[in-house]
Amino acid sequence: MKVTYYPGCSLEGTAVDYAASIAGVASLLDVDLVELFDWNCCGASSAHSLNHQLALHLPARNLALAEKAGRDVVAPCALCFNRLKVAEKTLQGPQGEELGLSYRGGFKIWDLLDFLTQNAFLESLAAKVVLPLMNLKAVCYYGCLVARPPAVTDRADSENPQNMERLLEVLGATPLDWSFKTDCCGAGLALARPDIIDTLVQRLYERALAAGAECFVVSCQMCQANLDLCQERIARKFGQDYYLPVFYFTELMGLAVGHPQAPHWLAQHLVDPMPLLKMKGII
Amino acid sequence: MENPTNQLLRPQYVLPEQLVKANLAVTSCFQCRKCSGGCPLTFAMDLLPHHVIRLALLGQEERVFDSMTIWVCSGCQTCTSRCPNGIDIAGTMDWLKEEAVRRGRTLPDDMVATFHRIFLESLRDAGGRLSESGLLRRFTLFKMRRQPDFAGLKADLSLGWKLWKRGRVRWRGPSALRGKGEIAEIFRKVEF
Ligand code: SF4
Ligand code: SF4
Repeated sequence: MKVTYYPGCSLEGTAVDYAASIAGVASLLDVDLVELFDWNCCGASSAHSLNHQLALHLPARNLALAEKAGRDVVAPCALCFNRLKVAEKTLQGPQGEELGLSYRGGFKIWDLLDFLTQNAFLESLAAKVVLPLMNLKAVCYYGCLVARPPAVTDRADSENPQNMERLLEVLGATPLDWSFKTDCCGAGLALARPDIIDTLVQRLYERALAAGAECFVVSCQMCQANLDLCQERIARKFGQDYYLPVFYFTELMGLAVGHPQAPHWLAQHLVDPMPLLKMKGII
Repeated sequence: MENPTNQLLRPQYVLPEQLVKANLAVTSCFQCRKCSGGCPLTFAMDLLPHHVIRLALLGQEERVFDSMTIWVCSGCQTCTSRCPNGIDIAGTMDWLKEEAVRRGRTLPDDMVATFHRIFLESLRDAGGRLSESGLLRRFTLFKMRRQPDFAGLKADLSLGWKLWKRGRVRWRGPSALRGKGEIAEIFRKVEF
């Protein structure tokens, strides 16, 4: 199956681990990710905070390129996905013509997690699991923007998405119930207001531990960065001894099917997941 | 100074009219406070989200434009998703940020606004894709010029080093796009 792939800027930089694991599991599921030719940055939070026109025109150029390719678009970054969807809705509405941008659409814009957890993929994945992630107790952390707001994301389950939990069950892991799965990690404030990230993310650590979690599973590289890269700093600041590895869902897929590269992806994290995986007898 | 209650008794219509024209229907707010109830950032705010909506509706420009809240809002969309009257509260926060900068107002703390500006400049100058390392360099320089913090710099560098060792830093930014002219045209058109 061929789809248009819109990686976004982070996947060429700090989130190369996510990018590599995506490439690994896509080929396994016979998904051909055809990178959108000449794609540009969606402008992220910065564009919609400072210039709403820019925040539409940047993703609109990508949509125009995707329209030429004519296939469904898959985006692994929650923010990219959200900005593409906002642009889609705007261009299809009355504002589209005012902006002088013609757009017919006719293809679907997917968030990667949503795309890969369609029933057909889960079934074919189930047949490929060789190393079930037994006893791995995890909380699924979706973050904000793959789900919200439903008028943009077209999701009926924006308050309580379940597809990552379904995936973990297929992989043999134990997803735990908790109320913070779509809470905010602070995302774009990471550099300008790290103090805010500390408070938000520490709250997530505490809630995850209270639910009995040993790790997080995420589908967004900004969530991963805030939960993983800041863990040492936050632990020090709050005088705690946190050890909560933060996996991308694609990494767990790779682990469970015995993808030879999976340990390499995990070695790029700051919070080393190996001790946990060894303890669980997974690696 | 005029008693703030008297100010509230004399609503100004310019701001709410501008907002409604931008599809931000603050006039539909009935102050149920659901937006503030679900907002994860209230601990860092001076006005709660429902205050911002109410004050905007009353045209209290100074109070909303000078509040930290609009800059602290992370755009998580919880409020917008839950408002029973379909008000795009997160969109209102964005509109107020943009307008505050457009009017050249002195911001209560310009860290966030400066970060966004540097982000967009980096993206523009790189020809269409963001160079994360370029953004980091520029933003760190700005912070150091503003207020030298060597402990903070050391922590940033040590994090950068750990990422570098793991192959997660791309020192050279992305090359400019084939369509870099189109990107430049977009930036010109939106006057950034
Ligand atoms: S949720 Fe909507 S109606 Fe309720 S206070 Fe907030 S903006 Fe007003
Ligand atoms: S979008 Fe902003 S105001 Fe709304 S809930 Fe999130 S942080 Fe609070």
